[in-house]
Amino acid sequence: MADPKTLYQAEPADARIVEPLDMMTLIYQRRSGITHMVGEPVPQMLEAMGEDAVDAATLAARLAVSFDLGGQDDAVTLITERLEELAELGLVERVTDA
Amino acid sequence: MHEFRVQVGPAAFRIGSAWRAPIDQLAHLYRDYPQPDFTDFTVRLEPTTWLRRWLRPSVAIGGDYMLPDAAPLPLAQGLLAAEMAMNLQMALGWRRHLLLHASAVERDGRVLVMTGQSGSGKSTLSALLGSEGWRFLGDEFVLLDPVTGNVVPFPRLISLKNEAIAAMQSAQPDARFGPLLAGTPKGDIRHVVPPADAIAQMGQGGAPALLLFPRYGYPGAVREVAPGETFMRLTQASTNYVALGEAGFITLTRFVKSVPSRAIDYQSGDEAIALVEKLWERLA
Repeated sequence: MADPKTLYQAEPADARIVEPLDMMTLIYQRRSGITHMVGEPVPQMLEAMGEDAVDAATLAARLAVSFDLGGQDDAVTLITERLEELAELGLVERVTDA
Repeated sequence: MHEFRVQVGPAAFRIGSAWRAPIDQLAHLYRDYPQPDFTDFTVRLEPTTWLRRWLRPSVAIGGDYMLPDAAPLPLAQGLLAAEMAMNLQMALGWRRHLLLHASAVERDGRVLVMTGQSGSGKSTLSALLGSEGWRFLGDEFVLLDPVTGNVVPFPRLISLKNEAIAAMQSAQPDARFGPLLAGTPKGDIRHVVPPADAIAQMGQGGAPALLLFPRYGYPGAVREVAPGETFMRLTQASTNYVALGEAGFITLTRFVKSVPSRAIDYQSGDEAIALVEKLWERLA
């Protein structure tokens, strides 16, 4: 599992187009030209990240304001997993020189 | 080289052929279409080797855009080769509209789009509706304008397959049919010229109002298709979604968000037309 202290940063909001459709959300990434079909909580995560470099605990705390994520430890594990997936997709970057 | 030019909707084609017969057939079937000075695409029908021009003539398809492994066809199917080659140019080369592998008909300025696998009946249904008070816009590609979101007509010859040939001959006995092409890779094929209004008004599109996913051969049923599923199926039905980039994304999401969508199963043309009319009245 990834180090929970890893910082992640999303691209600026204008680097993508977000279109919610019923059960899924479409994210068109301008840089790659790829359309991603994602479910909750991915769109909410990207929105909560803004342009800040955040770790999973910080992001979980931000999301907890509007979502019930269960216990803190579970939430951090879940958010870390999703952040790693998003990093693989190129929708967020791991910040290495912070 | 024999040559023929034809304008279909926004696209202009030049077809060159080593043989006269396919060009004569095209000229006969497309005689009511404009003949453009400038063309978007060139298609060539050539012998596979020099000897095959005379000896068991065999047609290889060439053109601006080609598939390297396209199988040659016998000369008797030269018309089919030309039509396939024109489709190929559109599928691989057209960038001015989002292309969906679908058929479309129009009524009162609003457009019904039908998409599905080969054999779903989308082509036959569009042809039948074209003789039932709707205007035929196309049975192979639906072109979505990225600026307006409208469907732009592309009324090529209608390609009827197997049982659909007899169905259309009884629905429109006076229509102009091409030669029966028996034993093609897709079975028997016969082309028919779209109704006169489809050709005369091919510059005039309309706003999409209903999307159907027809499926032939199953007991009559209607199912609502959610926008997410519709989006996924339409990206698969599009030949240039990826190539259009952001314009493709914006055009397709606008379509999916604004057009109601249903899957319909049917077992006969009459049943399908009744279903279409009912859904159109309720949803469009």
